[in-house]
Amino acid sequence: MPELLRYLLVILGVVLAPLTIAAGLTWGERRLLALFQDRYGPNRVGPAGVLQVLADMIKILTKEDWVPPFADRPVFVLAPAIIIIATYLSFAVIVFAPGIAVAELNIGLLFFLAMSSLSVYSVALAGWASNSKYALLGSLRSIGQMLSYEVFMGLSLMGVVVMAGTFDLGAIVRAQAGLWYIVPQFIGFFIFFIAGLAETRRIPFDLPEAESELVAGFHTEYSGMKFAMFFLGEYVAITLFAAMLTVLFLGGWHGPGSQSTLVALGWFLLKTLALIAVFILIRASLPRLRYDQLMEFGWKVMLPLSLVNLLVTGAVVLWRG
Amino acid sequence: MLSLLRTIWSVFLHAFARRATVQYPEQRPYLAPRWRGRIVLTRSPDGRERCVACYLCAVACPVDCIALQRAVDAEGRHYPAFFRINFSRCIFCGFCEEACPTCAIQLTPDFEMAEYHREGLVYEKEDLLISGPGKYHAYDYYHVAGIAAADKDKGEAEGERPPVDTRGLLP
Ligand code: SF4
Ligand code: SF4
Repeated sequence: MPELLRYLLVILGVVLAPLTIAAGLTWGERRLLALFQDRYGPNRVGPAGVLQVLADMIKILTKEDWVPPFADRPVFVLAPAIIIIATYLSFAVIVFAPGIAVAELNIGLLFFLAMSSLSVYSVALAGWASNSKYALLGSLRSIGQMLSYEVFMGLSLMGVVVMAGTFDLGAIVRAQAGLWYIVPQFIGFFIFFIAGLAETRRIPFDLPEAESELVAGFHTEYSGMKFAMFFLGEYVAITLFAAMLTVLFLGGWHGPGSQSTLVALGWFLLKTLALIAVFILIRASLPRLRYDQLMEFGWKVMLPLSLVNLLVTGAVVLWRG
Repeated sequence: MLSLLRTIWSVFLHAFARRATVQYPEQRPYLAPRWRGRIVLTRSPDGRERCVACYLCAVACPVDCIALQRAVDAEGRHYPAFFRINFSRCIFCGFCEEACPTCAIQLTPDFEMAEYHREGLVYEKEDLLISGPGKYHAYDYYHVAGIAAADKDKGEAEGERPPVDTRGLLP
C-alpha cells in the first residue's frame, strides 16, 4: 500500500509541478524580462506581483471563447489539446530524483523525442484549421522549422547515448555521477539547447508566431481558454526542455550535499529554473532570425556540427574501449 | 556567434542597472508648472469671472470639445451662461489657453481625471471655475482692455493713454 501511495503522490507531483511552474512562468518571465530591461514588471497584485497569474487566469477565463465560422471546428478545438498532451506526456519519463519518476522507461529518450515531434501536429493543425492566411503562414513556417530542427536535436543527443550506453534517462543521470555530460558533450549541449529554443518557438526562433509579421502566427484566430492552452503549452514545453537539459547534460539530481530525495529534488529544480532563466535572458537579448537564415543555420551549421560531434564521440568511446 | 554572446552578456548586466520605472501612485512624477492638464476657468484678482464669452477658445479647439453660451449681466458685462468641456474629447493641446484674450481658461498640472463613466468627463462651468487667478496673479482684463467697465472709464486703465479726441485737430 505505501508503495502505491508513493506512486500516486509522484504522479500527482509530476502533473502539478510543471503546471505550477508554467503558470508561475507567465509572471516570472515578465518579471525577468523587466529585470533585463530596467523595468519592474508586474509587481502590484499580491506580494511582488505573484497573484498576477490569478488575475490573468480570471481575465482569460471570462473572455469569449470564439470559434471563427470559417474554421474547421473539430480540428480547431483539438489542436490546443494536442500540444498540452504531447508536452505533458514527456514528463512521464523524466527521472527527477532516484526513484521519483512516473515511468523509468528503458527507451525514455526515444519516447521524449517522439512526443516532441507530436507537438508539431498541434501547431500545424491549428494553423490549417484556422483557415486564415496568417495562421496558415505561421503554421507552415513552424512545420518547416520544427521538422528541420528535430533532425539534429535527435542527433545531438546521440553523443550522450553513446557515452552512457543507454536510452534510459535514470541510467544516463547515474552515469553522470562523476562528471556532468556538459563537459565532454559541450557541443551536444549547445546544439540541443538551440534546438530546444527552436522547438519551443522561443525568440530568436519565434517565426511561427512572429507578432510583428504574422499578427500571432498559428494562433491568430484563437481566443479565451484555447489561446491560454497554447500559451501554457509553450511554457510547459520550456519547462520540459529545461528539465531534459538538466537530465541529459547537467547531471540531473546530482549536486553537493546530502543524498536524500528532497535535496536531490531541490538540485533538479534549481538547475531547471536556472536554465529557464537563461531561456528568458536569451529572449530579452536576441532579435528574430529571418526564415532563410533559420533554415541555413539549421542545415548548414547545426546538422554538420552534430554529426561531427557524434562521430568524434563514437571514435573516442571506441578507442577507449 | 561571439557578438551574440556579448549581446546576451550586456543585456544580463542590465539586471543590475537603475530602474527607469516611476512607481506611480507612491512616487509622483515631476510636473512642470506649464504642464497641459485639467482645464480650469479662473477669476480676476477682484474675484469676478474672467471669461467674457468671446467663443475664441471654442473656435480654436481642434476637436470641438468646448461649448458655451454668452449672456449679458446687469452691468453690461458678458459672461458664459454655461461653459462645458468634454474631456473625453480634449487632447490637451492648450490651444484654448493660447486663444483666450482674458487668460480665463488655463491648463493645470493635473492629469488624474479617470472616471468610470464617460459622462463624468463632461465638466460644467461649476466644475471648471476655480476661486483664484491661476497662473497670472495680477492680470485683470478689464483694467488693460481699453473699454469702459463699471469701476473705470475708457483710458483709465494701467499704462493706458486717454482716448484720442477724434474731433480735435491735434493728435
Ligand atoms: S486643450 Fe485643446 S482640445 Fe482641449 S479644450 Fe483646449 S483647445 Fe480643445
Ligand atoms: S477664449 Fe477665454 S474669454 Fe473667450 S470664451 Fe474662451 S475662456 Fe472665455
